[in-house]
Amino acid sequence: MAHSAENNQDIYYVPHEGSLWPAIAIVGMFGTTVGASMMMNESSLGAPLMYAGIAVLLFMFYGWIKQVAGESMSGLYNKRMDLSFRWSMGWFIFSEVMFFAAFFGALWYARAISIPFIGGEGNNLATNLFLWDGWEAHWPTNGPAEWGGIFQTVAPWGEWGHGFKEWFNHSLPLVNTMILLTSGVTLEWAHHRLLQGKNGRAAIMLGVTSALGVWFLYLQASEYAHAYADLNLTLESGIYGSTFYMLTGFHGMHVTLGTIMLIVITIRTAMGHFSKEQHFGFEGVAWYWHFVDVVWLGLFIFVYIL
Amino acid sequence: MSHAEAHDHHHGPEPGFMRWLKTTNHKDLGALYLMFSLAMFIVGGLMSLVIRAELFTPGMQFVDPQFFNSMTTMHALFMIFGGVMPAFTGLSNYLIPIQLGAPDMALPRINNMGFWILPIAFGMLLSTLFMEGGAPAGGWTLYPPLSMQTGDAMPFLVFSIHLMGISSITGAINVIVTILNLRAPGMDLMKMPLFCWTWLITAFLLIAVMPVLAGAVTMLLTDKYFGTTFFAAAGGGDPVMFQHIFWFFGHPEVYIMILPAFGVVSQIIPTFARKTLFGYSSMVYATAAIALASVIVWAHHMFAVGLPVAAELFFMFAAKMISVPTGVKVFNWVATMWRGSMTFETPMLFSLGFVILFTIGGFSGLMLAMTPVDFQYHDSYFVVAHFHYVLVPGAVFSLFAAVYYWLPKWTGTMYNEKLGKLHFWLSTIFINVLFFPQHFLGLAGMPRRIPDYSLQFAEFNFMSSVGAFAFFITQFIFLYNLITTCRGKWEKATDQVWEGAKGVEWEMLPSPLPYHTFEQQPDLSDYEPHPTH
Repeated sequence: MAHSAENNQDIYYVPHEGSLWPAIAIVGMFGTTVGASMMMNESSLGAPLMYAGIAVLLFMFYGWIKQVAGESMSGLYNKRMDLSFRWSMGWFIFSEVMFFAAFFGALWYARAISIPFIGGEGNNLATNLFLWDGWEAHWPTNGPAEWGGIFQTVAPWGEWGHGFKEWFNHSLPLVNTMILLTSGVTLEWAHHRLLQGKNGRAAIMLGVTSALGVWFLYLQASEYAHAYADLNLTLESGIYGSTFYMLTGFHGMHVTLGTIMLIVITIRTAMGHFSKEQHFGFEGVAWYWHFVDVVWLGLFIFVYIL
Repeated sequence: MSHAEAHDHHHGPEPGFMRWLKTTNHKDLGALYLMFSLAMFIVGGLMSLVIRAELFTPGMQFVDPQFFNSMTTMHALFMIFGGVMPAFTGLSNYLIPIQLGAPDMALPRINNMGFWILPIAFGMLLSTLFMEGGAPAGGWTLYPPLSMQTGDAMPFLVFSIHLMGISSITGAINVIVTILNLRAPGMDLMKMPLFCWTWLITAFLLIAVMPVLAGAVTMLLTDKYFGTTFFAAAGGGDPVMFQHIFWFFGHPEVYIMILPAFGVVSQIIPTFARKTLFGYSSMVYATAAIALASVIVWAHHMFAVGLPVAAELFFMFAAKMISVPTGVKVFNWVATMWRGSMTFETPMLFSLGFVILFTIGGFSGLMLAMTPVDFQYHDSYFVVAHFHYVLVPGAVFSLFAAVYYWLPKWTGTMYNEKLGKLHFWLSTIFINVLFFPQHFLGLAGMPRRIPDYSLQFAEFNFMSSVGAFAFFITQFIFLYNLITTCRGKWEKATDQVWEGAKGVEWEMLPSPLPYHTFEQQPDLSDYEPHPTH
């Protein structure tokens, strides 16, 4: 590379030769969004275009991150670059927090304001009398029109006393909470091993963390299947179904992404890419995973328990 | 480029399209952003001419009402997301690294991606004009249930907004990280030019609210295509909920479009008054105060929707509170000019135009923020007049000022001052012919977003349309001046360009700027931009 090692600490690495990865990313975004739009408009070309776009995006993530990791390991990045990554990841996670805030906001607004209003609270008596006569506000609800038909909700945990298996099958949200909390612990465990320079041990704990992520996703999928098949709780179950599936669904997408990231850093740790001094690739994924954890705690409290 | 030594380290940019596609250079990307925004201003401007042509006289003239509504919707989306925001991002790219002595933006490749998303997003949005059901026509605020009637355009609209959001967020992260992490040694935060400060605060706002907009439009999409009922009362949702979520984004958005303009004006006025900015630190704190307040005032856009009285009172007082830090800014600009040795070159003229005409827009904003009277003004042309005053002679005038101010530094050529002054005076006259009558139309009861109107509104609409076409034609003077300056037709600019200009880019760098500015960061410990206490 152009710069010798000793002046690296003064020079902030700028890829002056340019990069094609952003252009590839944009091709992927274009295919994905246009394909998805065409699918919604019932064009048969939509799905292939969308999957092609997603494939390009995956290729882009692989290639771009590989290049950045290579630059980092060849010593092109100084302390300031490390700090740039930290600031960027932090603010990126903040933007994700705000994305979830929109959906949590919708949930709280519906529960605290719009449903009582439909029920006639405040100065909305006329709304109730003329539009939804006699409907009383309650939660969970699918609205005065009983959108999507009668449904049951997923309980946060089941009753004890019918054997462990029975309890387990009726306690998936609680089990999932414990899985994610445990995964947060194993991830920090891995970090401590990495800080001690024990990369092999760290990789094992990361493998455990990734496995917990996969397990969470499996249980979440079975919960969805159960809700659709047995509880008639669907995306179309009025405001309850809307908020339930959009919140847990977007969270699940983030867990999926986080699990893939965890698997990647498991492999990279095992390959010895990280040193105890420099391993922001690891830390960035760890921050992201903890963020996903915290969102789940919010979900567990506001969607399942309350 | 005359700097031979720069060539030793790096060969210059490669020729042709690939240079622009692959570029990681903040000046290239700044130029791309600015050129893109100019193109979008022209597209959005042509849409506004369709609107004003239809409203030239009473009765239906040229277009059907559906297309008219598409034009009002698309005009807003193009001007806000395609014109004003990318223009300020372009300025931030061009200026922040050189003002702070940084080698480039902190994440140059992400920076490239942030730009190139925009042509794709706006290509998608523009293509909706040719789709079944037409382009989005429910207003840029996309209120359901009206926006639910959008045809095939709906998913394209939603995804293009997602893409614009990704672009804005990556751009904002880049600005924050560059400012917090890549300042040259000695460039303390409180020494930064105000443009950097206002952009830093704008970037925080962008990261806080663009994801919320993404969430809001996602809910629209699932309501239309996947059977959710976020915004349908029959299923327990509420259309007003959309308005809350939308304006939680939408109100900070107006500050996203005006705070960088404050920064530009705060740098230009001291130069041509030949004094340091009056009350630098109060300017910083006022900017932060405006940004903080902007996230708790959103429902003043919704006074007529049936909010509880307590909410209306809260949002009225909170909204009025913003006039205090804004007033601090306006008085500081005036105090900067007090007893200055002022000259009136084009950037200064546009800045003065900004201070006066933006303040008029601010005053009509105060009127709108009063809940009881807003019931009369709501959804009338008074609102249209208000936000066009803050956006056109506000944000857009500051963009003109910025381009005239920094163009000689960027290109090494002085623009034509006579043409610049002509551009300013014609723009200022016609912008008032265009928008001032709309205040009277609104107060007399003419609703916005309507293709036809009753006869008593004819004269003022006629005036307004004449102003619109004249203002649009005036911009060709700017275009000519811009292109000829970029081609080096006029006299060469000096390194300092302006007699009273202070700051890294004027005092330490040549005109035109070299392709790479700071390989090694300069030491700015002795640099004293303004008196500190």
